Amino acid sequence: MTDGTNGGTEPALDPVIDDRDRAIINGLQGGFPLTETPFAVVAEDLDLHEDEVIDRVAAMLNAGVITRFGPMYHAERMGGGLTLAAMKVPDVDFEAVAAIVNALPEVAHNYARDHDFNMWFVIATESAERIPEVIAEIEAATGLAVFDMPKIEEFYIGLRFEA
Amino acid sequence: MSAQGKTVDNGCDPVIEAELDAVDRRIVIATQDGLPLVRRPYHAVARDLGLEPEDVIARMRRLLDAGVIRRIGVVPNHYALGYRANGMSVWDVPDERVQDLGRRVGSLPFVSHCYHRPRHLPDWPYNLFAMVHGRDRVTVEGGVDAIARLLGDDARGHRVLYSTRILKKTGLRLVA
Repeated sequence: MTDGTNGGTEPALDPVIDDRDRAIINGLQGGFPLTETPFAVVAEDLDLHEDEVIDRVAAMLNAGVITRFGPMYHAERMGGGLTLAAMKVPDVDFEAVAAIVNALPEVAHNYARDHDFNMWFVIATESAERIPEVIAEIEAATGLAVFDMPKIEEFYIGLRFEA
Repeated sequence: MSAQGKTVDNGCDPVIEAELDAVDRRIVIATQDGLPLVRRPYHAVARDLGLEPEDVIARMRRLLDAGVIRRIGVVPNHYALGYRANGMSVWDVPDERVQDLGRRVGSLPFVSHCYHRPRHLPDWPYNLFAMVHGRDRVTVEGGVDAIARLLGDDARGHRVLYSTRILKKTGLRLVA
């Protein structure tokens, strides 16, 4: 279930999380301290023991309730390239094209969406120059146009889900 | 010094492009899959890399200050938390208004991401993207209606694209 194939249309995971788990998720969406014993700082804020915070984060990672714990890196600020790309894939070719696109290590996320533009994926590369090469590779391998939609500006307010 | 920034003009807002040295890169590679789940996680990273813990913490602090690290924390699986509907709303608004409108749409509580992106005429006339998450489609539609009211006559057209399947999901990564 954490292998990245669970889609929004599949049955719910139905994880069992309690109020302490919710408090940890809500309290840990950002700002994990850069100190010697950061879990102890978080635990004090949440009125829990540090080992309980660690154990619950581990259990939620195992259960797929959270998908990552740690620093989120900003690809473009490491000199890398990042873009959102879309394709109009004929239904009959969809799985074959998905396999070609997904096989590229630079493709980070790929979503099917209900529109003529039915495949949407993020390309992340170590150098900005690599983005057009990856797009050209996909176009050559699929015979389909790739529409490059890099962000021009981000209106960022922070991703927060109330657990 | 590592992670020292230079200002890059991308035509919009200035961004800091940090310069990573070899040690920074080793720290990125060691932590991009996650932090060790132990009482002293930065000490564990330092031990694995043969560095001083204080150095790891100081370097990660600089990366955070430079925006190379967006944040340190958990990424919730929004499906698992009950946010099963995810609509990418896309809007055609006048280019000269997109910055002002994008800031206002991006500040709505149910919008998790908001971007100005290029059109591809004639196939794709939309230049403002706002991701709307909700526990079900009715909730998402309510959010989309609220965006439509906010944009008023500036919205010359819009669509909502629902995700029907996740085909691939991995983090962004450096390779050693």
